[in-house]
Amino acid sequence: MKDFLVAIQAIVVGVVSTMLLFWLGNKIVEALPSKIRKTLQPWVFIGPVVVLISLFLIYPTLQSIWLSFMEEEIDGSTTWVGLQNYKDIFGDANFRTMLVNNLMWITIVPIIVVSLGVVIAQFANNVGPKREKFFKSAIFMPMAISFVSAATIWRLIYSYIPEGQSQTGLLNALWVGFGGTPQTWLQLEGFKLNNIFLMIIFIWLNVGFAMVLMSAAIKAVPEDTIEAGRMDGASPTQLFFRIILPQIWGTALSVFITVLIGSMKIFDIVLAMTGGNYHTNVLAQNFYNEYFIYGNTGKAMATVVVLIALIAPVMTYQVRHYRKMDMLR
Amino acid sequence: MSNFKKFAAKSHLGSTLVLIVISALWLLPTFGLLITSMRESTEAQTTGWWNAITHFTPDSWTLQAFSSVMSNDGLGSSIISSFAVTLPATILPLLLAAYAAYGFTFLVFKGREFIFSILIGLLVIPLQGALVPVLKLFLKFTAITGIEISGQYAAAWFVHAAFAMPLAVYILRNYMMSIPVPLIEAAKVDGASNFTIFWRLVLPISVPALASFAIFQFLWVWNDYLVAFVFVGNDHPVLTYKLLAMLGQYGEGWQSVAAGSFISMSVPLLVFFSLQRYFIRGLTAGAVK
Repeated sequence: MKDFLVAIQAIVVGVVSTMLLFWLGNKIVEALPSKIRKTLQPWVFIGPVVVLISLFLIYPTLQSIWLSFMEEEIDGSTTWVGLQNYKDIFGDANFRTMLVNNLMWITIVPIIVVSLGVVIAQFANNVGPKREKFFKSAIFMPMAISFVSAATIWRLIYSYIPEGQSQTGLLNALWVGFGGTPQTWLQLEGFKLNNIFLMIIFIWLNVGFAMVLMSAAIKAVPEDTIEAGRMDGASPTQLFFRIILPQIWGTALSVFITVLIGSMKIFDIVLAMTGGNYHTNVLAQNFYNEYFIYGNTGKAMATVVVLIALIAPVMTYQVRHYRKMDMLR
Repeated sequence: MSNFKKFAAKSHLGSTLVLIVISALWLLPTFGLLITSMRESTEAQTTGWWNAITHFTPDSWTLQAFSSVMSNDGLGSSIISSFAVTLPATILPLLLAAYAAYGFTFLVFKGREFIFSILIGLLVIPLQGALVPVLKLFLKFTAITGIEISGQYAAAWFVHAAFAMPLAVYILRNYMMSIPVPLIEAAKVDGASNFTIFWRLVLPISVPALASFAIFQFLWVWNDYLVAFVFVGNDHPVLTYKLLAMLGQYGEGWQSVAAGSFISMSVPLLVFFSLQRYFIRGLTAGAVK
């Protein structure tokens, strides 16, 4: 209970002191001659955020890049080793496996999430508001669940009991029911099947997100364009592919990119399901292992830099896209 | 057309059936968790959860696991810890972000576009990139001032608040862009300062956007593992931290882990279902634009 009070106290102190900060900043600026005031006033408003993101996001990220060229001793002292950390990680076959796994995540997951989202949204659009709300809630619900809880849920599905005993995992129970022998699903490395089983969890968590956004986009398609197609005798399939789909393409693309970034950064599911074993490791998980388990700062930072470098193209796309949208306003 | 076909078309039978199948598939995993959490210990270990329904006996159902995880595993205090991390980390960034969003929307200054572009870029940066140096920063601060931050709730508040800023400012700015500029101009003509306009006019109008972001942030922080692990850790184990430890041990059996997971899910699910409308509005505002 004491902790709870600490939190309440922090909220009150935090809110009051930020209010005071802005009030005071504003008072000082208002007292200045109007010319200086005009230049300084915006900084009263955006200053605190600029400080916060510089201190906790920009500077640390740059320092991570710097540390990736360093070798850190236990006492915290660092020596410059140039590209050695990068040579080490790229020379390691496990690291190349990780890159392949990350690549698999971003090629398989976003396309499935977006397609399923569009299909479900289109079906839900047909059934009237009451049923629509119910079905959407069911599919959207996993979005509120943490990765750790999702891992518990899916371990109940993927669990393995040796042959001859009663299977407690749903998947093995079905598999044995159809005459198979029990499988250790998360250790099946052929065709990287175990990676796919991890992706299914992520897809389960995220289809609701895609569905909600795609549904909003489908509802925004002007009724008369659909009506015009119908008059010309288009079939429902043609209506969807020729008339609706082109008009929701922009939304589909932005959902695709959001999911792509999420699957590129995938970490919690891998941590909670396999810890990166059985060749399911990914970059973000490797950072965790290298730094928190092996205490290898240089390699951990080099891994993070590779991850940032892979996300950077998407980042520049986002910034450009935003600027274009802003011009249109 | 036969009567059945007419009925089927009118009630959208096809679409409804497809959606029933998909929803059932989507709910089944969570349903299994709920059943498992209410099973008797040895049965939960030796048979699948569906046996509790197909071979129903009243004896095999119990709420024992819930009371045992709350007392024996200390999940009760973890719930408090989760709240202690989540509530300030949700509320504190709101005001800062709203102020900045006002500045980016209504004030003209040099470098505005540039700084905002950086903010957009930071939306996608993996937070792993900032984690280690921030940890070192806290340790350095402690070495100089003697004030302990790392391992305390405050560390998580700072980190979550900072990491949330790009999205918060982005959502709020998008919303504020829809406020008509003449409204602001009129207030200025009447002699209101930016400070007054922000408090009296823009902040009250922006309440829906503030609510959307608050729900986002609440779910995100409550469900976060990484920041809690690095900055709070074992001193005040939050629910995700505790659950992952339980998941690794297996000692206590499925019903305990399931009950723990269910307890940790109940808060975000409650928030989610009661405020779903705001949440969805926030999603559409954040991504469609």
